Amino acid sequence: MLRYATKQLINMLLTLFAVSFLVFILNEWAPGDVASKLLGPYATQDQVDKLNEAMGLNRSVLIRYFEYMGNALTGDLGQSLVYRQPVADVLADRLGATLKLAMISFAVIVPLSVVLGVLAGMRESSLADRAISLFSYVTASIPEFAMAVFLIAIFVVGLGALPGTSPMRADSGWPIWSQYVMPVMVVTFYDAGYLISMIRSSMVDVMRQPYIRTAALKGMSFTQVVGKHALRNALITPFTVIMLQLNYLVSGLVVVETIFAYPGFGRLMLEAALAKDIAVVEAGALIAVAVTMLTQLFGDLGYMRLDPRIRV
Amino acid sequence: MTDAAAPVSSGVGLSELVRRAKGSPLAIIGGAILLFWTFCAVFAPWVAPFPPNSVDPAKIANPFPSAEHWLGVDYLGRDIASRLIWGARTVMTVAPVAVLAAAAIGILFGLLAGYRGGVIDALIMRVGDTLLAFPKIILYLIIIAKFGASTLNIILVIAFTSAPIIARIVRGVTLDVRHRDYVSAARMRGESALYVMLVEILPNARGPLLVDLFLRLGYTIIAIGVLGFLGVGLPPPDPDWGSMIKEAYGMIFIWPHMTLIPAVAISSLIVGCNLLATGMREAMRDV
Repeated sequence: MLRYATKQLINMLLTLFAVSFLVFILNEWAPGDVASKLLGPYATQDQVDKLNEAMGLNRSVLIRYFEYMGNALTGDLGQSLVYRQPVADVLADRLGATLKLAMISFAVIVPLSVVLGVLAGMRESSLADRAISLFSYVTASIPEFAMAVFLIAIFVVGLGALPGTSPMRADSGWPIWSQYVMPVMVVTFYDAGYLISMIRSSMVDVMRQPYIRTAALKGMSFTQVVGKHALRNALITPFTVIMLQLNYLVSGLVVVETIFAYPGFGRLMLEAALAKDIAVVEAGALIAVAVTMLTQLFGDLGYMRLDPRIRV
Repeated sequence: MTDAAAPVSSGVGLSELVRRAKGSPLAIIGGAILLFWTFCAVFAPWVAPFPPNSVDPAKIANPFPSAEHWLGVDYLGRDIASRLIWGARTVMTVAPVAVLAAAAIGILFGLLAGYRGGVIDALIMRVGDTLLAFPKIILYLIIIAKFGASTLNIILVIAFTSAPIIARIVRGVTLDVRHRDYVSAARMRGESALYVMLVEILPNARGPLLVDLFLRLGYTIIAIGVLGFLGVGLPPPDPDWGSMIKEAYGMIFIWPHMTLIPAVAISSLIVGCNLLATGMREAMRDV
């Protein structure tokens, strides 16, 4: 297991290097971009050239890349053009906010999906199964922005019971906790639909196994069969998928955060991309990829612990 | 990673798959929804009651659904039903083209990786994994921010981010069949590698590929909608469902129908794709 983890970590570092290089090249292709953006549209070519030289932007991309990575390793990710602050500071705030939203959503999504997935999968083709399956197909198919529109129409416009924006400020007229409800609800509907169908199909597979029939024939009650024999085995396969949801929750929330004006990482990435705030985009891409790979690694390791049949 | 190898079912032919899918209510409902929107897309100029971009501010006095405008008008007085129908044409052109481009790239590299093996396989899969390591939406943002939002750029971005998964499916099937007798026989007949890959190996993957293409069509429609909603999608003024939702979203408190109707349209299309894919997958599994 330790050897597997080390190998995966090295793999991860290599991919991170590849990704960072790609993003760097893509963004810094044309030298002078940054300088003309800083100086505005009325700068003369002479001024742009001078600033380029002062910032060292007229050197080759390769040299600048290694300098950037060297600085990045010491925690210096450059300056944000928009916020005029170190990128690390800007990112830290936004990542913190996103992590909070992600954790709350995760805590709602996972228990809900496990309960509904198991209920649907334990009696294949029952009424409960059909109802839950249809529900999960439909919610998983409705994109977040459409889901947000539907839920806002019901709870914000229709009932007036919840705030339609979540800037996480106490002076917005709604208590802070209530500002979490709508974003979490949208994410839950979209994401749980997918998880429920994964858990259901795993549960269906397990319930078809001979050992389940044996247990039932021994005279165990249905609840006991499900609780003692089926549940644990049915949750092994979806475990990795459950872990991967963390990845979606950290870096996939661009749409939800934008709709609800939530000050998180996803919205920061959208704003940075639109404003061509290159330093933020580069650092954000690195973080997003690192999160993906870490959740994958933890998913694999946890899977191996859960299922003794799998050994490397 | 586990998905790639699983759906190898070379026993079910294409016509058999279609015949079985006809018995699945999920596939029928999904197929009907897809047909409906395809019909709208193809016959938009004849079906749509009004030109999609004709602005009439006087109509905003009563924008709600009426006998003349049966889905109402938007904030510029444009007929929503007509914009939906023309929007179907946009999405039903861009999404299938993007998916087919992804399929072409994915099939090519998947076949190469599986058939050649060794260094080529390792290299192709490595590059694919790197692409997959990006959260898609972030990759879209980086590329669109750099190169601008045009129809071509959106198709390219979607094609390149979807191709690695298709490549994995094709590679899995290729690894499974490449040492079968009929493949060896074709090789010994002196057929070219291209012939062996396309004619002898590829048909084995058509079942899983077809299911994946419909799923991917759904994801692609979501992606196009998301880009439109975030304001980096297909350029205006031609109707695009995602941007229709975005434009009217600020008016949801007074004129909710302007946002809700396109949201229902895009959701129905994606539900259709996913139901069809699920129905087909079940039809393939139950023998």
